Amino acid sequence: MDKVYLILALSPLVGAIIAGLFGKKIGRAGAHWATIISVAISFVLSLFVFNHIVLNDAPTYNATVYQWLLSDAINFEVGFLVDELTATMLIVVTFVSLMVHIYTIGYMHDDPGYQRFFSYISLFTFSMLMLVMANNFMQLFFGWEAVGLVSYLLIGFWYKKPTAIYANLKAFLVNRVGDFGFLLGIAAVLMYFGSLDYAEVFAGAADHAETTIAIFPGIEWSLITVICILLFVGAMGKSAQVPLHVWLPDSMEGPTPISALIHAATMVTAGIFMVSRMSPLFEWSETALSVVLVIGAITALFMAFLGLIQNDIKRVIAYSTLSQLGYMTVALGVSAYSAAMFHLMTHAFFKALLFLAAGSVIIAMHHEQDMRKMGGLRKYMPITYWTALIGSLALMGIPPFAGFFSKDTIIEAVGASTIAGSDFAYFAVVAGVFVTAFYSMRLLFLTFHGKPRMDEHTLHHVKESPKVVTVPLILLAIPSVLAGWIALSGMPFGDYFGNSIVVFDQHNSLAIAKEMHGGEPWHFLTHGIMTLPFWLVIAAIVTAWVFYIAKPEIAGIIADRFSGIYRVLSDAYGIDRLYYAVFAKGSQLLGRGFSSVGDARLIDGMMVNGAANSVGRFSSVVRRLQTGFLYHYAFAMIVGLLVLIGWFVLAR
Amino acid sequence: MFSNLPLLSLIIWLPIIGGMVVLFASRGETGLQRVLALAFSVATFLLSIPLYTAFDVATPQMQFVETAAWIPSFNVNYELGIDGFSMPLILLTTFFTVIVVVAGWQVIKKHVAQYMAAFLIMEGLMNGVFASLDSILFYVFWEAMLIPMFIVIGVWGGPRRVYAAIKFFLYTFLGSVLLLVSILYLYFQTGSFAILDFHDQALGMTAQTLMFFAFLIAFAVKVPMWPVHTWLPDAHVEAPTGGSVILAAIMLKLGAYGFIRFLLPIVPDAAAEFDWFVIALSLIAVVYIALVALVQEDMKKLVAYSSIAHMGFVTLGLFVVFSIYRQTGDVAGAALGVEGAVVQMISHGFISGAMFLCVGVMYDRIHSRRISDYGGVVNTMPVFAGFMVLFALANTGLPGTSGFVGEFMVILSAFQVNFWIAFLAASTLIFGAAYTLWMVKRVIFGDVTNDKVAQLNDVNRREFWMLGVLAVAVLLLGIWPAPLVDVMHSSVDHFLNHIVTSKL
Repeated sequence: MDKVYLILALSPLVGAIIAGLFGKKIGRAGAHWATIISVAISFVLSLFVFNHIVLNDAPTYNATVYQWLLSDAINFEVGFLVDELTATMLIVVTFVSLMVHIYTIGYMHDDPGYQRFFSYISLFTFSMLMLVMANNFMQLFFGWEAVGLVSYLLIGFWYKKPTAIYANLKAFLVNRVGDFGFLLGIAAVLMYFGSLDYAEVFAGAADHAETTIAIFPGIEWSLITVICILLFVGAMGKSAQVPLHVWLPDSMEGPTPISALIHAATMVTAGIFMVSRMSPLFEWSETALSVVLVIGAITALFMAFLGLIQNDIKRVIAYSTLSQLGYMTVALGVSAYSAAMFHLMTHAFFKALLFLAAGSVIIAMHHEQDMRKMGGLRKYMPITYWTALIGSLALMGIPPFAGFFSKDTIIEAVGASTIAGSDFAYFAVVAGVFVTAFYSMRLLFLTFHGKPRMDEHTLHHVKESPKVVTVPLILLAIPSVLAGWIALSGMPFGDYFGNSIVVFDQHNSLAIAKEMHGGEPWHFLTHGIMTLPFWLVIAAIVTAWVFYIAKPEIAGIIADRFSGIYRVLSDAYGIDRLYYAVFAKGSQLLGRGFSSVGDARLIDGMMVNGAANSVGRFSSVVRRLQTGFLYHYAFAMIVGLLVLIGWFVLAR
Repeated sequence: MFSNLPLLSLIIWLPIIGGMVVLFASRGETGLQRVLALAFSVATFLLSIPLYTAFDVATPQMQFVETAAWIPSFNVNYELGIDGFSMPLILLTTFFTVIVVVAGWQVIKKHVAQYMAAFLIMEGLMNGVFASLDSILFYVFWEAMLIPMFIVIGVWGGPRRVYAAIKFFLYTFLGSVLLLVSILYLYFQTGSFAILDFHDQALGMTAQTLMFFAFLIAFAVKVPMWPVHTWLPDAHVEAPTGGSVILAAIMLKLGAYGFIRFLLPIVPDAAAEFDWFVIALSLIAVVYIALVALVQEDMKKLVAYSSIAHMGFVTLGLFVVFSIYRQTGDVAGAALGVEGAVVQMISHGFISGAMFLCVGVMYDRIHSRRISDYGGVVNTMPVFAGFMVLFALANTGLPGTSGFVGEFMVILSAFQVNFWIAFLAASTLIFGAAYTLWMVKRVIFGDVTNDKVAQLNDVNRREFWMLGVLAVAVLLLGIWPAPLVDVMHSSVDHFLNHIVTSKL
């Protein structure tokens, strides 16, 4: 199996290198074939691994690839851990990546950076695989930063666009804030556990349950809580949780395929995956779980609100992604890790689908992204419409689409949980359901229904996208329909994840939810349509229909009536402006102060040049003694002689 | 095959003789001078490779030792030898001299022979510093090294080169004087000038304290540490590209090397007493200097400040040992810091050298270092932009590049001392990325901003290979640092056990 895992991980890297370094030689077709084949190999091997680990219940694979570094008797290694959790991520990552690779042929067809793009997305796939296959914290951090790097490169892919290179810098820096906490968490793990290997650290967790650490002198905090919160800061950066969410909406400046792959399906879920992986640690700290829960709940609801008023089709989906990541985080907070992973998986399918469908619309609209200039596209783009509809229904949580099962599982788990903050979280995730359904329907109505609002020229050229675009849409639509039904009884409610996820009995909210609502798809479904969330979705659909189809003038009236709220929302709560003023401008101000006052005036002005000047001044005074007149010198000698004689005589 | 050769003497004297030869050829064709310089630098580099391959990693003892009486009446000896600390630094020196010769190939048109000779002689002298086991020999090399660098800045430098050259010289010279006084004091105590004898000499606390500050000033200027750093930005800005590369890649390491060879092993008790002071200065370097770097408008100044911030990790890594030992009674955890410091020295050599070369490549074309004179370079120089982005990312400590390794190790080690030390050190993740990538954004990305940028030509073959070799080094060291770190284990263990043993 060693070779299988190695090839699985390295194959996209080889593809990336071929397309990146030899892109000119092999041409456009060469580049897309090289990368698509390399990712296809990974996908096929992922299926094989899935079959091996999950279906045939093979033991967990945990082995070293090579020793990165040995220092201070600490072994830093690159190695693979493949269990049910990893195998699931492998499928999600390689499948979505493969779809996006194929789709890119159509989407980037006319782009001069064609080969470069393929090279980047393959490099991303490699980085993501290294992240999910890691068997230690160091490699996790490697993958963690590497996906951030590729995200940086891809958001800024159209490097001539000022907004794109602003967005990618912002994304990198905000992610670095997360990584900063993450790295400190890793340092704490190493200090107390003496190892960075998952297995060793998890095995030692129980021994450190009572250990405390004094961050501030005299105040003892639980070690595990500190570690978990620091690690979670990393997840907040990567998975764009409030208050580190600000980079994700801007990341939409990148080409749409990467919005689907990186900023919806895979990279942004790395934080969710990481916390699930760390469940043996998080279970020991209810404080940390509560923090996770509250942060997730805030993100789930308040980011959903922002989706309501966006006019850029991609930004609606981006805020939706933020909100859905909040749902996953909420699930983590109530120890429903498997429900988080379940939603991660279904979300990867339907959100990638939605982004790619939006991309298909954008191609047809000649790179117009404003929904106010769309409308009525249903007639012209039937495949895009139907797949986008499936994606939206899944997102809204309409049974029996995939999102219904995964989202309802989370809601039920939160309802069953008793951890601090779960009441607020329950309110947030239930209210979020209405908001989600409303903005989803708004997107569908504005884009595909009603009268066309684009100009004649654009309307004349609107047509369905080519097969390389629509086939991935269809292939993604299939799991968006079926994945929930298939996986429900096993993944969140069965023991699908085996030992890869640890849940303490007193935290097991899913077990309670299962007892109350059933763990079988049919039972779950019939029960689901009798509960509040389902009726909230229906209510939202009707409201959206009234607003955007039946009486389109209402939306404007409401925006006017509640203009205060509207302004706050369109300003995204003012967080971006605040960060820009405080952090960006503040650190420049500090830097200028240090530079002009500290370095230039104090150190150079007073100490360095000051010393030089005082030597100069001193010598200019002393120079006057050198008059050149012999009698001055003779006089000085006589005076000196007298003083010396006097001193000798008097002192003795 | 090489074991019989006096390798250390060869790598010291061959480039110095080579420098003389190039000087004698100064009347001839510049082409010949360049080829001669390249030949000598490559030969020296090749001769230094056996130092790695034949190095015995199992012993902390000095290796490749050569001894000859020099001034017997004062017991001054010509004594050379290397251990796990100095060997990698010598390889870095011989490697970068080749790079610098290549970098100056077409660019230097004035006094080619003298330029090349200065770098060859400097190489020999720097190798001499790293290989000296006798303090007077060390001191002679240490001082002599200033002269070629002074000339390089003063002759081939920018408009304010004289101010910068004198500032550079006086700053470092001030430190050196204190170093000499300490060496003389130690001679009167031990009757020997051998550095290893100094290591074993018992010393009272007063003597240790005085010498601690003498050494600290001498070496802190070189590193440079805050607040004796202001010569560096000026020197870099005025120096020609080659001068900046050697300055950043090698000369800054000499200060840190001084800590390892002199300060810590000779006055360990005073170092333990004042470790907080050095740690505080290191953290100021990491945070304060990073903020200063953020607002620079001159690319070379920005990279220079970034160097100071990165060197803060070296001094931090070297000085965490005492706190760890005080807290746990054991040096476990400290080796990570010391080895991280040395890795950071090597890595910073590669990255800062590469960054200065990148700035030089652009300067050669547009003759400006101002960030605002650029913008959208990627449009006209895509290959170059690829290199520059890679080195910039390495400068931000991205995993997979060498920049990550040292910082990672030092932060892990610093955490064992105190959460807040690690916290401040780790802030480099944010600030380092901010100043480096903001520069990249303004210089490399965006649409073409002016005619000069529109007419840029991409790197030629010479520049491609020069940057390419460095790129490979940066990546290799990031993906697999073990071969570098493995050579230091014995030396580091010995070093740590030595410096936690009291000399009082």
